[in-house]
Amino acid sequence: MTSALLSAMLLTAGGGGESTGKPPLPPAQAVPKPDELRLEVSPPPFSEGIYPCSNCHSGMPVNRKRRQLTDMHTDIVLQHDETHRWCLDCHDPNNRDVLHLASGEPVKFTESYRLCGQCHGEKYRDWRAGVHGRRTGNWNGAKGYLLCAHCHNPHQPHFRALAPKPAPRPPSRDISRSY
Amino acid sequence: MASEQPVPRNANACAHPSRRLFTISAAATAASWILTACGPKRLFEAPKDRLKSLISDLELRYRNEYGKDVHVSDAPAMPGVQFAYALDISRCIGCRRCVYACVEENNQSRDPQVHWIRVLSMEKGKGVDFSHADPYYHPAQVPEEGHFYIPVSCQHCQDPPCVKVCPTGATWAEKDGIVVVDYDWCIGCRYCMAACPYGARHFNWTAPVLPAAELNPNMHYLGNRPRAKGVVEKCTFCIQRSRAGRYPACVEICPVGARKFGNILDPASEIRYIIEHKRILVLKEELNTVPRFFYSYAT
Repeated sequence: MTSALLSAMLLTAGGGGESTGKPPLPPAQAVPKPDELRLEVSPPPFSEGIYPCSNCHSGMPVNRKRRQLTDMHTDIVLQHDETHRWCLDCHDPNNRDVLHLASGEPVKFTESYRLCGQCHGEKYRDWRAGVHGRRTGNWNGAKGYLLCAHCHNPHQPHFRALAPKPAPRPPSRDISRSY
Repeated sequence: MASEQPVPRNANACAHPSRRLFTISAAATAASWILTACGPKRLFEAPKDRLKSLISDLELRYRNEYGKDVHVSDAPAMPGVQFAYALDISRCIGCRRCVYACVEENNQSRDPQVHWIRVLSMEKGKGVDFSHADPYYHPAQVPEEGHFYIPVSCQHCQDPPCVKVCPTGATWAEKDGIVVVDYDWCIGCRYCMAACPYGARHFNWTAPVLPAAELNPNMHYLGNRPRAKGVVEKCTFCIQRSRAGRYPACVEICPVGARKFGNILDPASEIRYIIEHKRILVLKEELNTVPRFFYSYAT
């Protein structure tokens, strides 16, 4: 920010004194802080009927204890630094419809990349640059971004194996074929 | 050149029948050479109105053949654009989604199969070693333990050996770097296939079979319009999409986001970020083909 201001000052100072007919330099642009950047991303991949979480959780007492879940969310298997982490380290205990950062700042599910980026800074940086993760749309224009959670299950983030598409047919000398 | 050979000045010599024949044939050769050199080298270089009528003829032909409304573009290279491609080897899981997305987008023959992308499975212990690469791997799930994958298609070389050997000038590098083939100018000699060190060019040994329901009607003259028997074809960076500003089909389908595409002259592009920040390599660098296709280890 300081450097941007400084360069802007320099530019105005230089512009006043010069009359050499040089084309004017482009104005210095205010660079927004990384957290002020908001990206167009697809909506979060919720399981059907699960959101808003407050539908069920609003009246429940907050239970921070690590335990076997029996009533709900039994499909969730936590394999994401599970020895150090439990639900409310990422989900907000006071408002279940949002997540929260380590600082306690609430973060919407639509901006969950900020939460992931706290630990995975390198990946977050690459994702912002458009290098980590899939992009759709235009190489010189509007791009479609995906949230981290679209490809990585937040509870088991390791990318799962896929069945490959069929192998190409090897060249054949079978004369019964048409070629 | 026959026309450059000195013709004897001896007047008696003209009376000799074989000398006369020689003079006539030399003149004819010279005339035909001059006519050929003056005309358009390829149909794509024909005057604009001629090209327009040619393209509308093509559209009509495809419409009759496939019973579908098609559009054949002749969009030229955008100024200030040099395309480049990057593929992250550390991310590719060898799922072959790109291979079939490419087939559908670019109207390749379904039978016999023509695949512009070939995914090679390699052993981690051996590194990038083409002599041990397997394109026919078929496990139940990928990635396989101890393997990595290198999808290979046209590398869009800046010094393309295929272009150098083409006897008719039917293949060339466009201003934006895309190496293209004019299917109407290709004589099917397959010199380019022999010259390409990446096996990226494919020949239509028989008439391609392409079901009308699967025809992609969004075409480019130098790209995915239906090919005939006896011509060579290859990846064009999805010219019909990339010249309209869109990502190639393989970039959009890749489930791990390993494929990146953009304008290398744009400092804010993804491709520039990769080249400036990641470890990159090109295939067979020692051949000095200077590919526009980079492989990276980004993680």
